[in-house]
Amino acid sequence: MLNTPLKELSAALAQKKISSAELTKLFLDRISRLNAALNAFITVDAEKSLAQARAADERIAKGAAQPLTGIPVAHKDIFVTKGWRTTCGSKMLENFVSPYDAHVIERFNASGAVVLGKTNMDEFAMGSSSETSFYGPVKNPWNPEFVPGGSSGGSAAALAARMAPAATGTDTGGSIRQPAALSGLSGLKPTYGLVSRYGMVAFASSLDQGGPMAKSAEDLALLLNVMAGFDARDSTSIEHPAENYARDLDQPLSGLRIGVPKEHFGEGLSADVGKSVEEALKEFEKLGAKRISIGLPNSSLSVPAYYVIAPAEASSNLSRFDGVRYGYRASGYRDLADMYRKTRAEGFGAEVRRRILIGTYVLSHGYYDAYYLKAQKIRRLIAQDFAEAFKQCDVIVGPTSPTVAFRIGAKAADPVQMYLNDIYTIPANLAGLPGMSIPCGFGANSLPVGLHIVGNYFAEARMLNVAHRYQGVTDWHRREPAGI
Amino acid sequence: MPLALEEVRRIAELARIGISDAEARAVRAQLNDIFELIGQMQKVDTDGIEPMTHAQGSASRLREDAVTEGDRREQFQAVAPQVERGLYLVPKVIE
Repeated sequence: MLNTPLKELSAALAQKKISSAELTKLFLDRISRLNAALNAFITVDAEKSLAQARAADERIAKGAAQPLTGIPVAHKDIFVTKGWRTTCGSKMLENFVSPYDAHVIERFNASGAVVLGKTNMDEFAMGSSSETSFYGPVKNPWNPEFVPGGSSGGSAAALAARMAPAATGTDTGGSIRQPAALSGLSGLKPTYGLVSRYGMVAFASSLDQGGPMAKSAEDLALLLNVMAGFDARDSTSIEHPAENYARDLDQPLSGLRIGVPKEHFGEGLSADVGKSVEEALKEFEKLGAKRISIGLPNSSLSVPAYYVIAPAEASSNLSRFDGVRYGYRASGYRDLADMYRKTRAEGFGAEVRRRILIGTYVLSHGYYDAYYLKAQKIRRLIAQDFAEAFKQCDVIVGPTSPTVAFRIGAKAADPVQMYLNDIYTIPANLAGLPGMSIPCGFGANSLPVGLHIVGNYFAEARMLNVAHRYQGVTDWHRREPAGI
Repeated sequence: MPLALEEVRRIAELARIGISDAEARAVRAQLNDIFELIGQMQKVDTDGIEPMTHAQGSASRLREDAVTEGDRREQFQAVAPQVERGLYLVPKVIE
């Protein structure tokens, strides 16, 4: 059951080979056995999960099941979940029990899925290693001395250690794709606006996008079918007709034009990752795809532009944490201003404070044009690069991350080195394009390598098709960490 | 142009984040590294490029001017640090 694809789990539930309560219990037991070592979950509430599982069993008995009814799903602790503590990895929300559900949670609940728990993450999703969490770093199940990637590292570790059959994440600069790559999983960041941001704690609103994480492209398709959908409560939610993202999974790849950006194979890419990606490209050629060399000339500017835009938006979004309406409030203050200063100094961790300071500076009087406006112009150039590229190709393929997972602590003291982890993933966020990562081999220290696939707007079904066909002729996605 | 220590303190005050002198010194070094990275943007000529504020360029959606939310004050105030008779309590601001 631990390695079973969602489609088969769904069939087993429908045929009463196993109940949702039994399945949920199986994963809860695994969490209680493994979580102390891996720290993938911040909150687990067996009673709540099992109550939902029993309700799913009744629904299945009545013949009213949907594809995910009874399937336990681990949710990144950034999606507010009614009656569940939702911390966003921060001391600021240590005691925040949400009075409402995020749209994504509502949709999973409506589909009959079970909330399996809330997964650990970088504080307020700011990080690429899941080390900045107030609740301690997440360990990579492939080797616990290494990071699982971030910010959705708890979801990645939960999946990699088979503590959950499916999970959610969010991706502002690579936070679904990079942990998927570093933990040997499949993860998809949809087109901006496809999944509602309602109830997803805001980091950088023009970039944030929720998406599924799973063991295969096929599982991602089933999860995206539930997650995607218009929601009037998110002002940037897109009124896009409902799609079945699994519809094209088996389409042949003959004639597929794969764009390979030369900028993503240059300096900074480690040899082991480059080699696995090259081999994956050869597999695609065997499947009938055509390789086309493309250019994304402004790619190298994506990290500088991102570290203006994302902190700017974060400094505005996180101004709501003031110790008045919810969350942490410092004790012992002279006056209101002192309460704000102390609350925010004590409630936010170092990385979050640093990003708020960057954002505050670039938006401050006299600097707006030099930083924020400049970054928005570069954002346009990056989006234009993609528009040009998609005239020549159907998908863009390259490495997800320049290296395999690094050791816990290795980059914690050097923010710039940490930021450069996301050099290949950030451009898709800036342009609002869908991107995904799938496993394509192993590199240094026998750690997983991720293959990055970027599609045009709303090309999710095609990207999932590309990934699924690759997973039909390779078995990287079926490998699991030894000794767990 | 590196940030001066005084500037770090000013930004922290604008952001309402308390900062000690030792922290200000440590964060100043990191911010300067980050701004060196950000400074790469200045290499490109962006004259005449329209700024991109958002991934989807669409205009804001309009809706009927009707009440869509019920009163959930009790639920929402249950998670507040300090409330009294339906009001959020903060330190006195007017003498």
